[in-house]
Amino acid sequence: MTGPTTINLAMAVTVGVLYTAGFYLLLQRSLMRVLIGVVVLGHGTNLLLQIAGGPPGRAPIVGTGNAEAITDPLPQALALTAVVITFALTTYLLALGYRSFVLVGHDEVQDDVEDRRIATQKMPSASLDDDQDHTDEDHTDEAATRQDPS
Amino acid sequence: MTALIALPVLLPILGAAITVIGSRSPTLQRMVGVVVLLAVSVIAVVLLVESDARGPLVAELGGWAAPVGISLVADRLSALLLLVSALVTLAVLVYAIDQRIADYGRGTVSTTFHPMYLMLSAGVSLAYLTGDLFTLFVAFEIMLTASYVLITRRTSAAKIRAGMTYVTVSLLSSLLFLTAIGLVYAATGTVNLADLAGRIELLPPGLVTVLGLMLLVVFGIKAAMVPLHFWLPDSYPTAPGPVAALFAGLLTKVGFYAMLRTQTLLFHREEPWTLLLVLSVATMLVGALGALAQNDVNRLLSFLLVSHIGFMLFGLAVFDAAGVSGAALYAAHHITVLATLFLVSGLITRRTGTVALDRMGGLARTAPGLAVLFAIPALTLAGVPPTAGFVAKLALLQAGVAAGPWTTAVAGVVIIASLLTLYALARVWVRVFWGEPKPALPDDDPDDEVVVGTAERTPVPMYSATAGLVAVSLAIAVFAGPLSAVTGRAGVDLLDREPYRTAVLGVGP
Repeated sequence: MTGPTTINLAMAVTVGVLYTAGFYLLLQRSLMRVLIGVVVLGHGTNLLLQIAGGPPGRAPIVGTGNAEAITDPLPQALALTAVVITFALTTYLLALGYRSFVLVGHDEVQDDVEDRRIATQKMPSASLDDDQDHTDEDHTDEAATRQDPS
Repeated sequence: MTALIALPVLLPILGAAITVIGSRSPTLQRMVGVVVLLAVSVIAVVLLVESDARGPLVAELGGWAAPVGISLVADRLSALLLLVSALVTLAVLVYAIDQRIADYGRGTVSTTFHPMYLMLSAGVSLAYLTGDLFTLFVAFEIMLTASYVLITRRTSAAKIRAGMTYVTVSLLSSLLFLTAIGLVYAATGTVNLADLAGRIELLPPGLVTVLGLMLLVVFGIKAAMVPLHFWLPDSYPTAPGPVAALFAGLLTKVGFYAMLRTQTLLFHREEPWTLLLVLSVATMLVGALGALAQNDVNRLLSFLLVSHIGFMLFGLAVFDAAGVSGAALYAAHHITVLATLFLVSGLITRRTGTVALDRMGGLARTAPGLAVLFAIPALTLAGVPPTAGFVAKLALLQAGVAAGPWTTAVAGVVIIASLLTLYALARVWVRVFWGEPKPALPDDDPDDEVVVGTAERTPVPMYSATAGLVAVSLAIAVFAGPLSAVTGRAGVDLLDREPYRTAVLGVGP
């Protein structure tokens, strides 16, 4: 269980590819791609957990052989738990993407309206005594930003 | 006694099951929630007293001894945070129940709210109590999955974006956490925290650094440490008042607790941690300056939340008993005060119908009680003596000044960030409570669950729940002596590590 273990190079490369593809997809704007990114990344993580158990061996059943020859069961238990959790969350994200599609008409991640409003503010209204009425202006700003898709 | 340690996790899960089965009966759902959280609070008190008197308490799940089985551990730090969290969860639940009754009547209840609320509470308790890295992951998942449902429940088109940011970022941090667990297991062959404490020291230093940094990033995302904080001011303000208060009070602090636990137990250092010092300065300043730019009261509070995470990071970065105990005390104070401020913001929004600061005014005249409820937590957060915030901040400053010139410099930043906090909250005060009273605006988003602009229908229990939390934060100030003694002993234990390891593994080093 402990000590230096050599790992299968093909497995290591596979994990690397899955992580790369997963992170790339996570950075996309379409929620569907983000979802697939999470799925791919989840596969990479579960594979990594499997590899963490060391080289494969016999089934870990008590009384079927000596302890050296059997494979480490703990990472498999961990991976199993992780698979269930990622599966549930994938379903949830899928539902969320569908809700976004129903409400907004597409599943692109929207811009943050409030952030952009603050960024385009002409004067930082940070002074203590200024509660002037730039209310209407703010309001139109907000409406304008909301319509502007870029 | 050992069975008692599992109850803060089991009771809320059982309660969640009952609320699902009894979803036809609103009264049953409400009763179960309140009773369960009351019981958890009482158990947390017992655990705190016992662990302070006898050292860490350990429960071995399924009867398997420590490195093989999963153990639950209640030491001073986890019991204290469990107690504060349970009290906050209870107060927020009372507030949420009364808001629901006021807006929708006594006979209706949401099918998802109560089960998810209790599951979140179970996840928080498990995160505090677990002595196992993988169970910590499971605890985070329980907590976060419940929070995904709570934040995206009945969303409108404008708000679903924020929910997505929150879910995606949290999922990413969870997958990174899982990766870190895989690497830790591959390197050491165990996921038991107490066992890891001894084994990680035997690894090559480069590998230890990688594992330490991975866990720092994972919990940094969950605790909203700059530059990993961006999701928080985006998502929290869109949640309904009580949910935002619960998230602001608990979730980031659970992330910080996990960071505190893993870094002190697994990656012991003798010197202050330069990287975390830099990150804490960035967190304090970015959060405080970000708060100054906001016009939305909830976003302003979210940025202040980020800023004050930096204070706790500073305590951990000092990495001595004084710093760590200061961070623990600060976390306890921060959980109460942030939840209170978000609840007060919910009350303000009900009265004004808007979250925009420049469209409010004159509430000191129309709602003087609300002004008092805002003023006390605001002064506490800013750290004005003699509030709890001052006590906690003083502990951090003393630790910083005692640890060397660089930490003294960062202690200066702590003072600057406190002043900026005071300035940001003074802006809120001037705009919301002073000036001419403005008429309440109509609800701009009638589709969502939050009903605003209905001051007449704010029931007294909502004020009482908020006042109860104000009382908790005042109690922290009043009992500052015994509390800082407890956190002081907790800090010594955290850095000593032996009491924890001995309690879990049953033998000395």
